[in-house]
Amino acid sequence: MENIITIDEQMIPFKTGQTIMDAAMEAGVYIPHLCHNPEFEPHGSCRVCVVKVNGRMMSSCTTKATAGQKIENNTPELQENRRCLTQMLFVEGNHVCPGCEKSGNCQLQAVAYYTEMLSPRFQHFYPYRELDPTHPDVIIDFNRCILCELCVRASRDIDQKNIFAMSGRGIKAHLIINSPTGKLGDTDLNVNDKAVQVCPVGAIIKRKQGYMNPIGERFYDQAPIDEMGDIAEPHAGAKHHD
Amino acid sequence: MDVIELQAILAKEQHHPHYLLQMLRLVQEKENYISPQVMSFFAEKLNIPLTKVQGVVDFYSLLNTTPRDYHILFSNNIIEQLQGKEQLMKQLMSKLGVELGKVRADNRVCIDNTSCIGMSDQGISVLVNGLTITNLDEQRISEMVDLIEKKIPVSQWNAQWFEVKDNIQRKDQLLSTDFIAGSVLDKMKNNTADQIMEILKVAGIRGCGGAGFPLDSKWDFCRQTPADERFVVCDADEGEPGTFKDRILFQSYADLVFEGMTICAKIIGAKQGFLYLRGEYRYLLDSLEKILEKRRDQNLLGTAILGDSNFDFEIKIFMGAGAYICGAETALIESLHGNRGVPRRRLPYPVHQGYNKKPTVVNNVETFCLAVKALQMGGETFAKLGTEQSHGTKLLSISGDCKKPGIYEFQYGVSVREVLESCGADISNIQMVQNSGPAGNSLSPEDFDRKIAFEDVSTTGSIMIFNKDKDLLEVIQNFANFFVHESCGFCTPCRVGTSIIKNLVNKVRKGRGSNVDLKEMQDLSILIRNAAHCGLGMTATNHISDTLKKFPQIYKERLHNSESLHPTFDLDAALEDARQITHRQDAAAHLSA
Repeated sequence: MENIITIDEQMIPFKTGQTIMDAAMEAGVYIPHLCHNPEFEPHGSCRVCVVKVNGRMMSSCTTKATAGQKIENNTPELQENRRCLTQMLFVEGNHVCPGCEKSGNCQLQAVAYYTEMLSPRFQHFYPYRELDPTHPDVIIDFNRCILCELCVRASRDIDQKNIFAMSGRGIKAHLIINSPTGKLGDTDLNVNDKAVQVCPVGAIIKRKQGYMNPIGERFYDQAPIDEMGDIAEPHAGAKHHD
Repeated sequence: MDVIELQAILAKEQHHPHYLLQMLRLVQEKENYISPQVMSFFAEKLNIPLTKVQGVVDFYSLLNTTPRDYHILFSNNIIEQLQGKEQLMKQLMSKLGVELGKVRADNRVCIDNTSCIGMSDQGISVLVNGLTITNLDEQRISEMVDLIEKKIPVSQWNAQWFEVKDNIQRKDQLLSTDFIAGSVLDKMKNNTADQIMEILKVAGIRGCGGAGFPLDSKWDFCRQTPADERFVVCDADEGEPGTFKDRILFQSYADLVFEGMTICAKIIGAKQGFLYLRGEYRYLLDSLEKILEKRRDQNLLGTAILGDSNFDFEIKIFMGAGAYICGAETALIESLHGNRGVPRRRLPYPVHQGYNKKPTVVNNVETFCLAVKALQMGGETFAKLGTEQSHGTKLLSISGDCKKPGIYEFQYGVSVREVLESCGADISNIQMVQNSGPAGNSLSPEDFDRKIAFEDVSTTGSIMIFNKDKDLLEVIQNFANFFVHESCGFCTPCRVGTSIIKNLVNKVRKGRGSNVDLKEMQDLSILIRNAAHCGLGMTATNHISDTLKKFPQIYKERLHNSESLHPTFDLDAALEDARQITHRQDAAAHLSA
């Protein structure tokens, strides 16, 4: 059988070893995602990219493409799932879009628009989380962290610095920083490190750039995320036009 | 802890980063907490990031980071809760002057809750500095207060308190086995792996961990995967609330378990095995080590087992440290590597890439015992036990409303009713039977003529009985809290969804819910099941969807307003803090209803 899968009736070719997400990205079919970044090992934690593969729910970033798979992606049921997961992420942390420097460049916000999220739906958890301003060039605001672990992966696999890691369990799971004080200022993080570039939300932001690009002219102000793709890698995963 | 002691721990665990959790557990056992200095020491000596050590310490609930002399954890399974655990715990806290989860100012004592410690048939139970005390009552609580205030070490406490009875109420083929250590290995001595597998195939054993995967397929997949090394792992992270069968198997049938692991090693060609024992069963460790030692003396472990120069096998006991998720096989494997117990993605399966990325068989304690039993009695005889699709027998851990809680062994195919009759439950008075723990299914009297078997009522063996006088929403609240406590936090639906469910159950229980909340619970349970990363998440809302379907009245009768949305916020309840602070409980301090 040929290396072809079907996503919402569309025939998509794939190479052996590729995941459903890889094949979709290459073919310009947008599958919403937050913890996935094609430069890194798939993670499968945000669950926003869950699709229906031959009737079974699977995360497309961790499921290998195999010939003949019939995949549902852009269906009301899956959009509803994704909206609900996005709402969960919003109420779990403290995400105040109007006051966030990442607004307009934020993948969480963009996925919320894409999935037509109109309300938080659930009661806010309002967790108490710290902001760490100790680094001269980078601020980390844990209020906005969605635990995608992209910074963990980037710092470990590309920067080779292991600056970020996960701690805690369940709803208390959180990001920690590898320094004697646990503060970012006491690490050897550099503003040009990969870990600083990959944050899909406003948790890790660079200093001295606030509002240089005005709201209204930002990345996702140009077009929705299915057209624009990831913020870290513009147009990765975006829809192709024929 | 001084450096010499830490060096000794490092040496005992071979300076191996995989044994980080073992090292931390040894420190915890000695000092009741793990200091920042200890964490830095291991990070440096094992050449791993400090955050890795911190992340592990913070993941496993039996490890602490602040000092205390006595660390007391009450098992808060619903069974103990309904027996009055809360009152005993409050007594102890007030007599010692401590708040829940907070260390007393003099660093003497801390009291907290923990998930089921496998003693649901032994009355109210606690772990004190990691050791199990059963059958707590007011008398024992008072004496305990004295011992703690006088700073008497736990090793000098009344030995009777630490007794854990087997409590076997019904034996069938497995538990009535007259077993001599090494007898099955000896019987199979001249058989090839293929020949032994043939017997096991005929026997048709299915895994007892819950999924019921055929044992012979699992072992075949493992041995047929090309590799230079393979591993055997026995999953004794018995964390499903209400189950305690592994405890009995280790107390009185440990040789069966080890023999099963050794037979598996012979078949798949493994040289190393691990017994992953849940931290809550620390009290079993010393006797198990002795049995292993004895087996080495008898040449049933070690090199050239029973004179076969091609057959070397060792078993290391690896202790967990309080994480239900590690009963899931890929989380268990992560834990064996000294990591946080976060489940791997579904593929590759452990039989292809498990421990050290090598083919690994992970089976439940009971499954290994059944393998030995089948080889002892012959595949055909074994296959005649039970039903067509479920061969053999099953150990049921029965607790709750019945005259004789304990362990019951039945052949598959027994009806739920027969099980309930044999343990002395008052069948006409039963409201619900929870099968397989909070992740399992809720049985109503209409289900009592169904059969215990993979093809009908499949079970991990936990059977909890609730009579009509019990508040089922209290049971459901307990289950919902359990999943919040045990979710690993990796994926969004389980991490966040379990907390939302818990809040909704709480809202309905407080009489503030509406039909909108019930619909939300229903929708969320489906979403979490569909979207979760692993088996824990996929089953974490079974108790909600099952009870909404089978016992809708327990929710409906608590609704504040059945039609429209009702806010969670309760102004009067919000004033409670202010009332506490000002010591006012007069009418004027309350809003009228």
